[in-house]
Amino acid sequence: MELLIDLVLLAMLALTALRIIFLKDLFAVVMLFSIYSFLSALIFINLDAVDVAFTEAAVGAGISTVLMLGTIAITGRTETPPTKSKLLPLLIVVVTGAALIYGTLDMPPFGHADNPVHEHVAPRYIEESPKEIGLPNMVTSVLASYRGFDTLGETVVVFSAMIGVLSLLRLRKRDADKNPESGIKAHRVLQVIAKIVIPMIILFALYVQFHGDFGPGGGFQAGVIAAAAFILYALVFGLSNVFKVVGPKFLRILAVFGVLLYAGVGVYSMAMGGNFLDYNYLAENPLSGQHYGIILIELGVGITVFAVMLSIFYAFDSQIERANIQ
Amino acid sequence: MLLLDIVSGVLLIFGAFFGLSGAVGLFKFPDFFTRVHAASVTDSIAAILVLSGLILQTNLDLNTAKLLFILIFLLITSPTASHVLAKSARHGGLLSMPEKEQKKEIES
Amino acid sequence: MSFIADYYNYWIVVFLMMTGFYIVISASNLVKKVVGLNIFQTSVFMLYISMGKVKGGTAPILTEGAAQYSNPLPHVLILTAIVVGVATTAVALSLIVRIKEEYGTVEENEFEKKDDAI
Repeated sequence: MELLIDLVLLAMLALTALRIIFLKDLFAVVMLFSIYSFLSALIFINLDAVDVAFTEAAVGAGISTVLMLGTIAITGRTETPPTKSKLLPLLIVVVTGAALIYGTLDMPPFGHADNPVHEHVAPRYIEESPKEIGLPNMVTSVLASYRGFDTLGETVVVFSAMIGVLSLLRLRKRDADKNPESGIKAHRVLQVIAKIVIPMIILFALYVQFHGDFGPGGGFQAGVIAAAAFILYALVFGLSNVFKVVGPKFLRILAVFGVLLYAGVGVYSMAMGGNFLDYNYLAENPLSGQHYGIILIELGVGITVFAVMLSIFYAFDSQIERANIQ
Repeated sequence: MLLLDIVSGVLLIFGAFFGLSGAVGLFKFPDFFTRVHAASVTDSIAAILVLSGLILQTNLDLNTAKLLFILIFLLITSPTASHVLAKSARHGGLLSMPEKEQKKEIES
Repeated sequence: MSFIADYYNYWIVVFLMMTGFYIVISASNLVKKVVGLNIFQTSVFMLYISMGKVKGGTAPILTEGAAQYSNPLPHVLILTAIVVGVATTAVALSLIVRIKEEYGTVEENEFEKKDDAI
Protein backbone atom coordinates (compact mmCIF):
# COMPACT_ATOMS: atom_id res chain seq x y z
CA MET A 1 0.00 0.00 0.00
CA GLU A 2 2.77 2.41 0.99
CA LEU A 3 4.53 1.57 -2.26
CA LEU A 4 1.40 2.27 -4.31
CA ILE A 5 0.97 5.72 -2.72
CA ASP A 6 4.64 6.38 -3.39
CA LEU A 7 4.29 5.43 -7.07
CA VAL A 8 1.20 7.62 -7.63
CA LEU A 9 2.46 10.68 -5.74
CA LEU A 10 5.87 10.65 -7.43
CA ALA A 11 4.21 10.35 -10.85
CA MET A 12 2.01 13.36 -10.01
CA LEU A 13 5.11 15.27 -8.91
CA ALA A 14 6.86 14.49 -12.20
CA LEU A 15 3.81 15.63 -14.21
CA THR A 16 3.60 18.90 -12.26
CA ALA A 17 7.28 19.60 -12.90
CA LEU A 18 6.86 18.79 -16.60
CA ARG A 19 3.90 21.18 -16.90
CA ILE A 20 5.93 24.04 -15.41
CA ILE A 21 8.32 23.90 -18.41
CA PHE A 22 5.62 24.72 -20.97
CA LEU A 23 3.70 27.44 -19.11
CA LYS A 24 4.32 31.03 -20.12
CA ASP A 25 2.07 32.60 -17.46
CA LEU A 26 4.32 33.12 -14.44
CA PHE A 27 1.37 33.31 -12.04
CA ALA A 28 0.40 29.78 -13.07
CA VAL A 29 4.05 28.70 -12.78
CA VAL A 30 4.20 29.93 -9.17
CA MET A 31 0.87 28.27 -8.32
CA LEU A 32 2.05 24.98 -9.82
CA PHE A 33 5.27 25.28 -7.85
CA SER A 34 3.17 25.65 -4.69
CA ILE A 35 1.26 22.49 -5.60
CA TYR A 36 4.61 20.81 -6.29
CA SER A 37 5.77 21.72 -2.76
CA PHE A 38 2.60 20.34 -1.17
CA LEU A 39 2.95 17.12 -3.16
CA SER A 40 6.55 16.73 -2.03
CA ALA A 41 5.40 17.28 1.57
CA LEU A 42 2.96 14.39 1.12
CA ILE A 43 5.74 12.20 -0.28
CA PHE A 44 7.97 13.07 2.67
CA ILE A 45 5.22 11.92 5.06
CA ASN A 46 4.91 8.67 3.12
CA LEU A 47 8.67 8.20 3.41
CA ASP A 48 8.46 8.65 7.23
CA ALA A 49 10.09 12.09 7.24
CA VAL A 50 7.38 13.91 9.21
CA ASP A 51 9.57 16.80 10.38
CA VAL A 52 10.77 17.42 6.84
CA ALA A 53 7.22 17.31 5.47
CA PHE A 54 6.16 19.87 8.06
CA THR A 55 8.99 22.20 7.07
CA GLU A 56 8.35 21.78 3.36
CA ALA A 57 4.63 22.54 3.73
CA ALA A 58 5.28 25.65 5.81
CA VAL A 59 8.36 26.97 4.02
CA GLY A 60 8.26 25.64 0.47
CA ALA A 61 4.55 25.97 -0.13
CA GLY A 62 3.94 28.96 2.15
CA ILE A 63 6.77 31.47 2.29
CA SER A 64 8.39 30.79 -1.11
CA THR A 65 5.05 31.16 -2.87
CA VAL A 66 4.37 34.49 -1.17
CA LEU A 67 7.83 35.78 -2.07
CA MET A 68 7.56 34.63 -5.69
CA LEU A 69 4.11 36.21 -6.06
CA GLY A 70 5.58 39.42 -4.65
CA THR A 71 8.36 39.31 -7.23
CA ILE A 72 6.07 38.77 -10.20
CA ALA A 73 3.85 41.59 -8.95
CA ILE A 74 6.87 43.84 -9.60
CA THR A 75 8.40 42.21 -12.66
CA GLY A 76 5.29 41.32 -14.69
CA ARG A 77 3.55 38.00 -15.13
CA THR A 78 4.26 36.79 -18.67
CA GLU A 79 7.39 35.31 -20.10
CA THR A 80 8.40 36.57 -23.55
CA PRO A 81 8.73 33.87 -26.22
CA PRO A 82 12.31 32.65 -26.42
CA THR A 83 14.60 33.61 -29.27
CA LYS A 84 17.21 30.91 -28.77
CA SER A 85 16.89 27.34 -29.99
CA LYS A 86 15.75 24.77 -27.40
CA LEU A 87 17.60 21.94 -29.08
CA LEU A 88 20.95 22.30 -27.34
CA PRO A 89 19.52 22.49 -23.77
CA LEU A 90 17.31 19.48 -24.54
CA LEU A 91 20.30 17.49 -25.81
CA ILE A 92 22.40 18.36 -22.72
CA VAL A 93 19.56 17.40 -20.38
CA VAL A 94 18.81 14.10 -22.12
CA VAL A 95 22.48 13.05 -22.15
CA THR A 96 23.04 14.03 -18.49
CA GLY A 97 19.78 12.35 -17.47
CA ALA A 98 20.67 9.13 -19.28
CA ALA A 99 24.08 9.06 -17.58
CA LEU A 100 22.48 9.61 -14.17
CA ILE A 101 19.84 6.90 -14.76
CA TYR A 102 22.67 4.52 -15.69
CA GLY A 103 24.34 5.55 -12.44
CA THR A 104 21.26 4.80 -10.31
CA LEU A 105 21.50 1.11 -11.26
CA ASP A 106 24.52 0.89 -8.93
CA MET A 107 22.55 2.43 -6.05
CA PRO A 108 21.45 0.17 -3.18
CA PRO A 109 17.78 -0.85 -3.73
CA PHE A 110 15.17 1.44 -2.18
CA GLY A 111 14.04 0.81 1.39
CA HIS A 112 16.18 -2.20 2.36
CA ALA A 113 17.18 -2.20 6.01
CA ASP A 114 20.76 -3.37 5.29
CA ASN A 115 21.65 -0.51 2.90
CA PRO A 116 25.04 1.15 3.61
CA VAL A 117 23.39 4.39 4.84
CA HIS A 118 21.76 2.56 7.72
CA GLU A 119 24.98 0.82 8.83
CA HIS A 120 26.89 3.70 10.44
CA VAL A 121 25.97 6.56 12.81
CA ALA A 122 22.20 6.10 12.39
CA PRO A 123 21.89 2.94 14.58
CA ARG A 124 23.65 4.81 17.36
CA TYR A 125 21.27 7.77 17.04
CA ILE A 126 18.27 5.45 17.07
CA GLU A 127 19.40 3.28 20.00
CA GLU A 128 21.31 5.71 22.21
CA SER A 129 19.64 9.10 21.73
CA PRO A 130 16.53 8.33 23.85
CA LYS A 131 18.89 7.38 26.71
CA GLU A 132 21.54 10.10 26.19
CA ILE A 133 19.25 13.02 25.36
CA GLY A 134 15.98 11.78 26.83
CA LEU A 135 13.76 13.01 23.98
CA PRO A 136 11.39 10.81 21.96
CA ASN A 137 11.88 12.77 18.73
CA MET A 138 15.24 11.61 17.37
CA VAL A 139 15.27 14.27 14.66
CA THR A 140 15.22 17.00 17.32
CA SER A 141 17.94 15.21 19.32
CA VAL A 142 20.22 14.95 16.30
CA LEU A 143 19.40 18.46 15.05
CA ALA A 144 19.87 20.31 18.32
CA SER A 145 22.37 18.21 20.24
CA TYR A 146 24.53 15.83 18.18
CA ARG A 147 24.72 18.17 15.20
CA GLY A 148 24.36 21.45 17.11
CA PHE A 149 27.31 23.03 15.27
CA ASP A 150 25.67 22.34 11.94
CA THR A 151 22.39 23.91 13.01
CA LEU A 152 24.22 26.96 14.36
CA GLY A 153 25.80 27.33 10.92
CA GLU A 154 22.42 27.06 9.19
CA THR A 155 20.95 29.68 11.52
CA VAL A 156 23.79 32.04 10.66
CA VAL A 157 23.19 31.39 6.93
CA VAL A 158 19.52 32.31 7.34
CA PHE A 159 20.57 35.42 9.25
CA SER A 160 23.03 36.48 6.55
CA ALA A 161 20.33 35.96 3.90
CA MET A 162 18.34 38.63 5.75
CA ILE A 163 21.35 40.98 5.60
CA GLY A 164 21.61 40.28 1.86
CA VAL A 165 17.94 40.97 1.15
CA LEU A 166 17.83 44.11 3.29
CA SER A 167 20.93 45.54 1.63
CA LEU A 168 19.44 44.89 -1.82
CA LEU A 169 15.91 46.16 -1.14
CA ARG A 170 15.22 49.30 0.85
CA LEU A 171 12.99 48.81 3.89
CA ARG A 172 12.05 51.98 5.74
CA LYS A 173 9.18 52.64 8.05
CA ARG A 174 8.24 55.97 6.48
CA ASP A 175 7.78 54.40 3.02
CA ALA A 176 4.93 52.33 4.41
CA ASP A 177 3.49 55.24 6.40
CA LYS A 178 3.09 57.20 3.16
CA ASN A 179 0.51 54.67 2.07
CA PRO A 180 -1.79 53.97 5.03
CA GLU A 181 -4.63 52.83 2.77
CA SER A 182 -2.92 49.64 1.55
CA GLY A 183 -4.31 46.22 2.40
CA ILE A 184 -7.60 44.67 1.33
CA LYS A 185 -10.28 47.04 2.59
CA ALA A 186 -13.13 45.78 0.39
CA HIS A 187 -13.14 42.23 1.79
CA ARG A 188 -15.01 42.50 5.06
CA VAL A 189 -15.36 38.70 5.41
CA LEU A 190 -11.62 38.25 4.99
CA GLN A 191 -10.90 40.83 7.68
CA VAL A 192 -13.19 39.17 10.22
CA ILE A 193 -11.85 35.69 9.50
CA ALA A 194 -8.24 36.91 9.59
CA LYS A 195 -8.84 38.34 13.06
CA ILE A 196 -10.16 34.96 14.23
CA VAL A 197 -7.46 32.91 12.53
CA ILE A 198 -4.32 34.93 13.40
CA PRO A 199 -4.38 34.14 17.17
CA MET A 200 -4.95 30.47 16.32
CA ILE A 201 -1.90 30.46 14.03
CA ILE A 202 0.31 32.11 16.66
CA LEU A 203 -0.89 29.65 19.30
CA PHE A 204 -0.14 26.78 16.93
CA ALA A 205 3.35 28.20 16.31
CA LEU A 206 4.02 28.20 20.06
CA TYR A 207 2.76 24.62 20.30
CA VAL A 208 5.07 23.56 17.46
CA GLN A 209 7.97 25.39 19.10
CA PHE A 210 7.68 23.76 22.52
CA HIS A 211 6.23 20.39 21.50
CA GLY A 212 9.02 19.82 18.95
CA ASP A 213 10.92 17.67 21.46
CA PHE A 214 8.11 15.12 21.59
CA GLY A 215 6.47 15.24 18.15
CA PRO A 216 7.25 16.68 14.74
CA GLY A 217 8.15 20.34 14.93
CA GLY A 218 10.81 22.65 16.32
CA GLY A 219 12.27 26.10 15.94
CA PHE A 220 12.48 26.20 12.15
CA GLN A 221 8.83 25.30 11.57
CA ALA A 222 7.53 27.42 14.47
CA GLY A 223 9.39 30.51 13.28
CA VAL A 224 7.95 30.20 9.80
CA ILE A 225 4.38 29.60 11.06
CA ALA A 226 4.54 32.61 13.39
CA ALA A 227 5.85 34.72 10.51
CA ALA A 228 2.94 33.46 8.37
CA ALA A 229 0.46 34.88 10.91
CA PHE A 230 1.99 38.36 10.61
CA ILE A 231 2.22 38.04 6.82
CA LEU A 232 -1.53 37.34 6.77
CA TYR A 233 -2.08 40.43 8.92
CA ALA A 234 0.08 42.54 6.61
CA LEU A 235 -1.72 41.30 3.48
CA VAL A 236 -5.20 41.95 4.86
CA PHE A 237 -4.72 45.12 6.91
CA GLY A 238 -1.80 46.76 5.13
CA LEU A 239 1.90 47.18 5.83
CA SER A 240 1.63 50.38 7.85
CA ASN A 241 -0.70 48.66 10.34
CA VAL A 242 1.55 45.66 10.88
CA PHE A 243 4.51 48.01 11.42
CA LYS A 244 2.67 49.33 14.48
CA VAL A 245 2.76 45.80 15.95
CA VAL A 246 6.21 44.58 14.85
CA GLY A 247 8.46 47.20 13.32
CA PRO A 248 11.40 46.43 11.00
CA LYS A 249 13.98 47.71 13.51
CA PHE A 250 12.61 45.47 16.26
CA LEU A 251 12.83 42.49 13.89
CA ARG A 252 16.50 43.21 13.23
CA ILE A 253 17.17 43.16 16.98
CA LEU A 254 15.17 39.91 17.31
CA ALA A 255 17.15 38.20 14.53
CA VAL A 256 20.46 39.13 16.17
CA PHE A 257 19.13 38.08 19.57
CA GLY A 258 18.19 34.60 18.29
CA VAL A 259 21.66 33.91 16.87
CA LEU A 260 23.32 35.29 20.01
CA LEU A 261 21.09 33.16 22.25
CA TYR A 262 22.16 30.06 20.33
CA ALA A 263 25.85 30.94 20.42
CA GLY A 264 25.50 32.13 24.03
CA VAL A 265 24.36 28.66 25.13
CA GLY A 266 27.55 27.31 23.53
CA VAL A 267 29.77 29.86 25.29
CA TYR A 268 28.01 29.24 28.61
CA SER A 269 28.58 25.49 28.34
CA MET A 270 32.29 26.27 27.73
CA ALA A 271 32.32 28.45 30.84
CA MET A 272 30.83 25.56 32.81
CA GLY A 273 33.78 23.38 31.81
CA GLY A 274 32.47 21.49 28.78
CA ASN A 275 33.02 21.85 25.06
CA PHE A 276 31.20 24.40 22.87
CA LEU A 277 27.47 23.42 22.77
CA ASP A 278 28.00 20.52 25.19
CA TYR A 279 24.70 20.65 27.06
CA ASN A 280 25.69 18.00 29.61
CA TYR A 281 27.39 20.73 31.63
CA LEU A 282 24.40 23.09 31.76
CA ALA A 283 22.92 21.42 34.83
CA GLU A 284 23.93 18.98 37.59
CA ASN A 285 22.18 16.13 35.81
CA PRO A 286 23.34 15.64 32.19
CA LEU A 287 19.82 14.71 31.04
CA SER A 288 18.22 17.91 32.35
CA GLY A 289 21.21 19.82 30.95
CA GLN A 290 20.37 18.42 27.53
CA HIS A 291 16.74 19.47 27.98
CA TYR A 292 17.65 23.06 28.92
CA GLY A 293 20.13 23.30 26.07
CA ILE A 294 17.71 22.01 23.44
CA ILE A 295 14.83 24.24 24.57
CA LEU A 296 17.09 27.30 24.56
CA ILE A 297 18.69 26.75 21.17
CA GLU A 298 15.37 25.80 19.55
CA LEU A 299 14.04 29.09 20.92
CA GLY A 300 17.02 30.90 19.39
CA VAL A 301 16.40 29.21 16.02
CA GLY A 302 12.68 29.99 16.18
CA ILE A 303 13.23 33.68 16.99
CA THR A 304 15.82 34.11 14.23
CA VAL A 305 13.78 32.30 11.57
CA PHE A 306 10.67 34.28 12.52
CA ALA A 307 12.48 37.62 12.36
CA VAL A 308 14.30 36.80 9.11
CA MET A 309 11.23 35.52 7.24
CA LEU A 310 9.13 38.48 8.32
CA SER A 311 11.85 41.03 7.44
CA ILE A 312 12.26 39.48 4.00
CA PHE A 313 8.51 39.70 3.46
CA TYR A 314 8.48 43.33 4.65
CA ALA A 315 11.26 44.17 2.19
CA PHE A 316 9.33 42.70 -0.75
CA ASP A 317 6.00 44.20 0.32
CA SER A 318 7.37 47.71 0.79
CA GLN A 319 8.99 47.40 -2.65
CA ILE A 320 5.57 46.57 -4.14
CA GLU A 321 3.91 49.48 -2.35
CA ARG A 322 6.58 51.87 -3.62
CA ALA A 323 5.97 50.58 -7.14
CA ASN A 324 2.21 51.12 -6.65
CA ILE A 325 2.69 54.73 -5.53
CA GLN A 326 4.84 55.52 -8.56
CA MET B 1 -15.94 -1.75 17.06
CA LEU B 2 -17.00 -3.39 13.81
CA LEU B 3 -19.92 -0.96 13.44
CA LEU B 4 -17.61 2.03 13.92
CA ASP B 5 -15.24 0.64 11.31
CA ILE B 6 -18.06 0.24 8.81
CA VAL B 7 -19.41 3.75 9.45
CA SER B 8 -15.95 5.28 9.15
CA GLY B 9 -15.31 3.33 5.96
CA VAL B 10 -18.56 4.58 4.43
CA LEU B 11 -17.70 8.18 5.43
CA LEU B 12 -14.23 7.87 3.91
CA ILE B 13 -15.61 6.46 0.66
CA PHE B 14 -18.17 9.25 0.38
CA GLY B 15 -15.44 11.79 1.15
CA ALA B 16 -13.28 10.34 -1.61
CA PHE B 17 -16.25 10.43 -3.98
CA PHE B 18 -16.91 14.13 -3.31
CA GLY B 19 -13.21 14.89 -3.66
CA LEU B 20 -13.17 13.17 -7.02
CA SER B 21 -16.38 14.87 -8.19
CA GLY B 22 -14.89 18.24 -7.20
CA ALA B 23 -11.82 17.49 -9.30
CA VAL B 24 -13.95 16.43 -12.30
CA GLY B 25 -16.02 19.60 -11.94
CA LEU B 26 -12.88 21.72 -11.84
CA PHE B 27 -11.95 20.41 -15.28
CA LYS B 28 -15.37 20.11 -16.90
CA PHE B 29 -17.28 23.21 -15.78
CA PRO B 30 -17.50 26.03 -18.33
CA ASP B 31 -16.52 29.24 -16.49
CA PHE B 32 -14.59 30.50 -13.49
CA PHE B 33 -17.45 30.82 -10.98
CA THR B 34 -18.83 27.32 -11.51
CA ARG B 35 -15.27 25.99 -11.21
CA VAL B 36 -14.79 27.74 -7.87
CA HIS B 37 -18.04 26.12 -6.78
CA ALA B 38 -16.73 22.67 -7.77
CA ALA B 39 -13.40 23.26 -6.06
CA SER B 40 -15.09 24.42 -2.85
CA VAL B 41 -16.98 21.12 -2.70
CA THR B 42 -13.61 19.42 -2.28
CA ASP B 43 -12.54 21.43 0.73
CA SER B 44 -15.91 21.65 2.45
CA ILE B 45 -17.99 18.46 2.31
CA ALA B 46 -15.15 16.13 1.25
CA ALA B 47 -12.88 17.38 4.02
CA ILE B 48 -15.66 17.06 6.61
CA LEU B 49 -16.46 13.49 5.56
CA VAL B 50 -12.83 12.33 5.40
CA LEU B 51 -11.95 13.93 8.74
CA SER B 52 -15.01 12.52 10.52
CA GLY B 53 -14.18 9.12 9.06
CA LEU B 54 -10.68 9.44 10.50
CA ILE B 55 -11.99 10.63 13.90
CA LEU B 56 -13.99 7.40 14.15
CA GLN B 57 -10.76 5.44 13.65
CA THR B 58 -9.07 6.97 16.73
CA ASN B 59 -9.65 5.84 20.34
CA LEU B 60 -10.69 9.21 21.80
CA ASP B 61 -7.17 10.45 22.58
CA LEU B 62 -4.99 13.42 21.61
CA ASN B 63 -5.31 12.49 17.93
CA THR B 64 -9.09 12.95 18.09
CA ALA B 65 -8.64 16.45 19.48
CA LYS B 66 -6.08 17.30 16.80
CA LEU B 67 -8.38 16.09 14.01
CA LEU B 68 -11.26 18.12 15.49
CA PHE B 69 -9.08 21.24 15.53
CA ILE B 70 -8.14 20.65 11.89
CA LEU B 71 -11.83 20.25 11.05
CA ILE B 72 -12.80 23.52 12.78
CA PHE B 73 -9.90 25.35 11.16
CA LEU B 74 -10.86 24.07 7.70
CA LEU B 75 -14.51 24.96 8.25
CA ILE B 76 -13.49 28.56 9.00
CA THR B 77 -10.83 29.06 6.34
CA SER B 78 -11.84 27.18 3.19
CA PRO B 79 -15.23 28.86 2.59
CA THR B 80 -13.47 32.19 3.16
CA ALA B 81 -10.88 31.31 0.56
CA SER B 82 -13.56 30.42 -2.01
CA HIS B 83 -15.51 33.58 -1.19
CA VAL B 84 -12.46 35.84 -1.52
CA LEU B 85 -11.46 34.17 -4.78
CA ALA B 86 -14.90 34.70 -6.33
CA LYS B 87 -15.25 38.23 -4.98
CA SER B 88 -11.83 39.27 -6.28
CA ALA B 89 -12.68 37.88 -9.71
CA ARG B 90 -15.94 39.86 -9.61
CA HIS B 91 -14.10 43.06 -8.65
CA GLY B 92 -11.62 42.38 -11.43
CA GLY B 93 -14.52 42.48 -13.90
CA LEU B 94 -14.87 38.79 -14.74
CA LEU B 95 -18.37 37.92 -16.00
CA SER B 96 -20.17 34.64 -15.44
CA MET B 97 -21.29 32.69 -18.52
CA PRO B 98 -24.97 33.81 -18.65
CA GLU B 99 -23.82 37.42 -18.30
CA LYS B 100 -21.36 36.99 -21.15
CA GLU B 101 -24.12 35.63 -23.39
CA GLN B 102 -26.39 38.52 -22.43
CA LYS B 103 -23.66 40.97 -23.28
CA LYS B 104 -23.14 39.30 -26.65
CA GLU B 105 -26.86 39.52 -27.45
CA ILE B 106 -26.96 43.20 -26.57
CA GLU B 107 -23.94 43.89 -28.75
CA SER B 108 -25.34 41.99 -31.72
CA MET C 1 8.28 -5.65 -10.72
CA SER C 2 10.62 -5.57 -7.74
CA PHE C 3 13.32 -4.14 -10.03
CA ILE C 4 11.05 -1.17 -10.80
CA ALA C 5 10.07 -0.72 -7.14
CA ASP C 6 13.73 -0.79 -6.12
CA TYR C 7 14.80 2.03 -8.43
CA TYR C 8 11.59 3.97 -9.19
CA ASN C 9 12.29 6.71 -6.61
CA TYR C 10 15.77 7.33 -8.00
CA TRP C 11 14.49 7.56 -11.57
CA ILE C 12 11.88 10.13 -10.60
CA VAL C 13 14.58 12.05 -8.74
CA VAL C 14 16.73 12.10 -11.88
CA PHE C 15 13.73 13.16 -13.98
CA LEU C 16 12.90 16.03 -11.60
CA MET C 17 16.53 17.10 -11.45
CA MET C 18 16.75 17.21 -15.23
CA THR C 19 13.42 19.08 -15.49
CA GLY C 20 14.74 21.72 -13.10
CA PHE C 21 18.05 21.85 -14.98
CA TYR C 22 16.24 22.27 -18.31
CA ILE C 23 14.12 25.13 -16.96
CA VAL C 24 17.25 26.86 -15.63
CA ILE C 25 19.16 26.68 -18.91
CA SER C 26 16.29 27.19 -21.37
CA ALA C 27 13.89 29.70 -19.74
CA SER C 28 14.63 33.32 -20.48
CA ASN C 29 12.63 34.76 -17.57
CA LEU C 30 14.67 35.02 -14.37
CA VAL C 31 11.75 34.22 -12.02
CA LYS C 32 11.11 31.01 -13.95
CA LYS C 33 14.80 30.17 -13.67
CA VAL C 34 14.50 30.49 -9.89
CA VAL C 35 11.50 28.12 -9.94
CA GLY C 36 13.62 25.67 -11.96
CA LEU C 37 16.43 25.97 -9.43
CA ASN C 38 13.95 25.18 -6.65
CA ILE C 39 12.71 22.09 -8.48
CA PHE C 40 16.32 20.94 -8.85
CA GLN C 41 16.82 21.52 -5.13
CA THR C 42 13.68 19.59 -4.15
CA SER C 43 14.82 16.62 -6.24
CA VAL C 44 17.97 16.44 -4.10
CA PHE C 45 15.81 16.53 -0.97
CA MET C 46 13.76 13.68 -2.40
CA LEU C 47 16.92 11.62 -3.03
CA TYR C 48 18.12 12.01 0.56
CA ILE C 49 14.74 11.17 2.09
CA SER C 50 14.34 8.16 -0.23
CA MET C 51 17.68 6.82 0.96
CA GLY C 52 16.67 7.25 4.60
CA LYS C 53 13.48 5.21 4.25
CA VAL C 54 13.41 1.67 5.65
CA LYS C 55 10.61 -0.60 4.50
CA GLY C 56 8.32 -1.45 7.42
CA GLY C 57 9.87 1.32 9.53
CA THR C 58 8.06 4.24 11.15
CA ALA C 59 8.87 7.91 11.62
CA PRO C 60 11.90 8.34 13.92
CA ILE C 61 9.87 9.34 16.99
CA LEU C 62 10.06 6.92 19.90
CA THR C 63 6.79 4.95 20.06
CA GLU C 64 5.82 1.78 21.86
CA GLY C 65 5.66 -1.30 19.68
CA ALA C 66 7.71 0.14 16.80
CA ALA C 67 10.22 -2.47 15.65
CA GLN C 68 12.16 -0.35 13.19
CA TYR C 69 12.68 3.34 12.56
CA SER C 70 13.66 5.11 9.37
CA ASN C 71 17.04 6.80 9.35
CA PRO C 72 16.79 10.19 11.16
CA LEU C 73 20.07 11.61 9.83
CA PRO C 74 18.90 12.56 6.27
CA HIS C 75 15.80 14.14 7.83
CA VAL C 76 17.94 16.49 9.92
CA LEU C 77 20.12 17.48 6.95
CA ILE C 78 17.14 18.16 4.68
CA LEU C 79 15.06 19.97 7.32
CA THR C 80 17.73 22.64 7.69
CA ALA C 81 18.44 22.63 3.94
CA ILE C 82 14.81 23.56 3.17
CA VAL C 83 14.94 26.63 5.40
CA VAL C 84 18.33 27.68 4.04
CA GLY C 85 16.92 27.06 0.53
CA VAL C 86 14.09 29.53 1.01
CA ALA C 87 16.53 32.08 2.45
CA THR C 88 18.77 31.85 -0.62
CA THR C 89 15.69 31.95 -2.90
CA ALA C 90 14.72 35.20 -1.20
CA VAL C 91 18.17 36.66 -1.96
CA ALA C 92 17.85 35.55 -5.61
CA LEU C 93 14.37 37.09 -5.90
CA SER C 94 15.52 40.38 -4.41
CA LEU C 95 18.38 40.45 -6.91
CA ILE C 96 15.75 39.99 -9.65
CA VAL C 97 13.74 42.92 -8.28
CA ARG C 98 16.87 45.10 -8.38
CA ILE C 99 17.63 43.95 -11.95
CA LYS C 100 14.08 44.98 -12.93
CA GLU C 101 14.70 48.44 -11.45
CA GLU C 102 18.05 48.89 -13.24
CA TYR C 103 17.28 47.34 -16.64
CA GLY C 104 13.49 47.56 -16.84
CA THR C 105 13.24 43.88 -17.76
CA VAL C 106 13.86 40.42 -16.32
CA GLU C 107 14.09 38.60 -19.66
CA GLU C 108 17.54 37.27 -20.40
CA ASN C 109 17.34 37.85 -24.16
CA GLU C 110 16.46 41.53 -23.63
CA PHE C 111 19.55 42.28 -21.51
CA GLU C 112 21.74 41.82 -24.55
CA LYS C 113 19.84 44.50 -26.44
CA LYS C 114 20.10 46.86 -23.46
CA ASP C 115 23.82 46.22 -23.19
CA ASP C 116 24.26 46.91 -26.92
CA ALA C 117 22.35 50.18 -26.56
CA ILE C 118 24.74 51.31 -23.82
